Amino acid sequence: MGGLEPNARTRIGRRFEELRRSGDLGLVAYLTAGDPSLEATRQIVLAASEAGADVVELGVPFSDPLADGPVIQRASERALKGGTTLRGVLDLVRVIREQSNVPLVLFSYFNPVLQFGLETFAACAQSAGADGTLITDLPPEDSSDYRMALRSRGLDTIFLAAPTTGEVRMRQIASVSSGFLYVISRTGVTGERDSLSDDLPALLRRARSTTTLPLAVGFGVSLPGHVSILGGLADAAVVGSALVAEVERASSADEAASNVAARVRLLKQAGIHGMSRREAAAAERGSET
Amino acid sequence: MSGAPHSVPSTEWPDAQGRFGPYGGRYLPETLVEPIEELERAYTAVQSDNTFLSAFAHLLHTFAGRPTPLDFAARLTEHLGGPRIYLKREDLLHTGAHKINNCIGQGLLTLRMNKRRVIAETGAGQHGVATAAVCARLGLECCVYMGTEDMERQRLNVGRMRMLGATVTPVDSGSRTLKDAINEAMRDWVTNVRTSHYLLGSVLGAHPYPRMVRDFQSIIGCEARQQMLEAEGRLPNTLFACVGGGSNSIGLFHAFLSDSSVRMVGVEAGGRGTHLGEHAARLAAAAGYTGARPGVLQGTYTWVLQTDAGQIATTHSVSAGLDYPAVGPEHAWLADRGRAEYTAVSDEAAIDAARTLSRTEGILCALETAHAVAELIRRAPTLPRDSAVILNVSGRGDKDMETLARHL
Repeated sequence: MGGLEPNARTRIGRRFEELRRSGDLGLVAYLTAGDPSLEATRQIVLAASEAGADVVELGVPFSDPLADGPVIQRASERALKGGTTLRGVLDLVRVIREQSNVPLVLFSYFNPVLQFGLETFAACAQSAGADGTLITDLPPEDSSDYRMALRSRGLDTIFLAAPTTGEVRMRQIASVSSGFLYVISRTGVTGERDSLSDDLPALLRRARSTTTLPLAVGFGVSLPGHVSILGGLADAAVVGSALVAEVERASSADEAASNVAARVRLLKQAGIHGMSRREAAAAERGSET
Repeated sequence: MSGAPHSVPSTEWPDAQGRFGPYGGRYLPETLVEPIEELERAYTAVQSDNTFLSAFAHLLHTFAGRPTPLDFAARLTEHLGGPRIYLKREDLLHTGAHKINNCIGQGLLTLRMNKRRVIAETGAGQHGVATAAVCARLGLECCVYMGTEDMERQRLNVGRMRMLGATVTPVDSGSRTLKDAINEAMRDWVTNVRTSHYLLGSVLGAHPYPRMVRDFQSIIGCEARQQMLEAEGRLPNTLFACVGGGSNSIGLFHAFLSDSSVRMVGVEAGGRGTHLGEHAARLAAAAGYTGARPGVLQGTYTWVLQTDAGQIATTHSVSAGLDYPAVGPEHAWLADRGRAEYTAVSDEAAIDAARTLSRTEGILCALETAHAVAELIRRAPTLPRDSAVILNVSGRGDKDMETLARHL
């Protein structure tokens, strides 16, 4: 077994310890920071956390989000139009941290972090109160400077594993990850899908056999049915585009916060230990009416 | 020279990690990493596979029309009062530009990998047309992404791609040009990676693309070097080529890298001004163009036009094929070491140069090529009259007639 144990010294590690004890499926909520403003994101993050999100990923908007589907692309455009920068997102982390203990992960493409400076980024992320970072387009091979900078500040470095990742590589990825391992459910970009990939259970078994890190499954996870299927296979579900779409549809920050919170509650409920698929399906039908 | 495999001159770059000095590398979403390793293995295998190399050489000869002539430009030479100007006529290739060299290579590689679907991006449309033609020839499905602004200014090429059976998908995000077409092509690739090959058209992207595309294009310089020795009994003094991503220029330069007497000049798009957003000059900082710094875009670490916060900037050029915020990582490395020099010329100078070349030599070149012509015209008075230069005529200008007609 490769990989680091959940790091009990970080908020992320402690949260996954709690989840393991309770047997509940964790819920990781992704939100694009600055969409439509940093103040709105603050409200929405706090609402999501109160509604049961176990970890919040704050997406740093980037001009060329090549791993994202249309929903997060549009959110990134809105955030950039509003003038959001990485510095602004770090300020937002500080403000949220003053009001909440929810574990926070900064989720970014590499270039904004590189331009900020890896050491400066690590120092600012730590002092603002972030718990971990995830860089979409930085595979382990080219990441040693980045990892050294982040780890020396006690931040978790989360890497991704994909359906195309074989066993040898999976072990290598796990060995440089901490906090949790982000498992991409299917080949493709981010975005909601009707159903999860048929190959997902095999992928999760492959991941489980190579690492003791918690497994969080994302890409295409949006419905209570998806979440309830993941119970027993993974430690957490990552929901992104479905929440970002709630923000896009809402006409005010208050409305966005309350709709995101409702969606988080529904999904979190579906992940609570013991909820059957039938109950999840019923909850899902209820959410559509 | 017809139909025999050419041997790619060996160099120490890139290293095993795909690095040209500090540049290059592999900055990709995890889903693409193992598939691109598979591509690298497949490419390494065919480099010493005579069946593959013969098939490549055969198609370059019979389908694309290689070798292309090295054409002495007597009237342009006289018009400028020297130097002795030779034109490497890639514009005479099938589909009208150097792009087809790389497309044939990667098309054959696609078959080797048992993939049946090809994804490509295009800016000026030349790479898209070349990809569509090769796919039709090899029986591959072809899906091309193109920015809507480029579709508007290169309408002729959109029609050609569709006639050749390709699906052309408009990309309406971001700046609606080449950069956004690449993003969309990469989204298709990450989704269909098990069945599709991404046929990237320039020396950009993650390792091994910058190397592989360079190798496939290196035939330009291999031919030109030999042709020059036959014509003049000596090596050229200076090489001129335009640089968008940088595939035609690296294709010409590569065979001359160890000839230390040969100077190399890469010409970027100076657009309509030197401020960020007005041009597409990444390496021409010495000429006053601002906004470029090393960074990561679309899989590679290289010089990128960007804001202080690391957001990729929009660019401007009259030429769609040069209108891109990053430059191939090997060019960044050649610039760092001073082995090649990079400068930029304005939209206006390029259009004037296209007119001059048309009227002195009867060659209507692409607006991309016209940038290199403009720099040659600018420097001619400083070059010894009896020195010899090669200018790579990377493509023909039919596609640009709507733009050029406005300046007649």
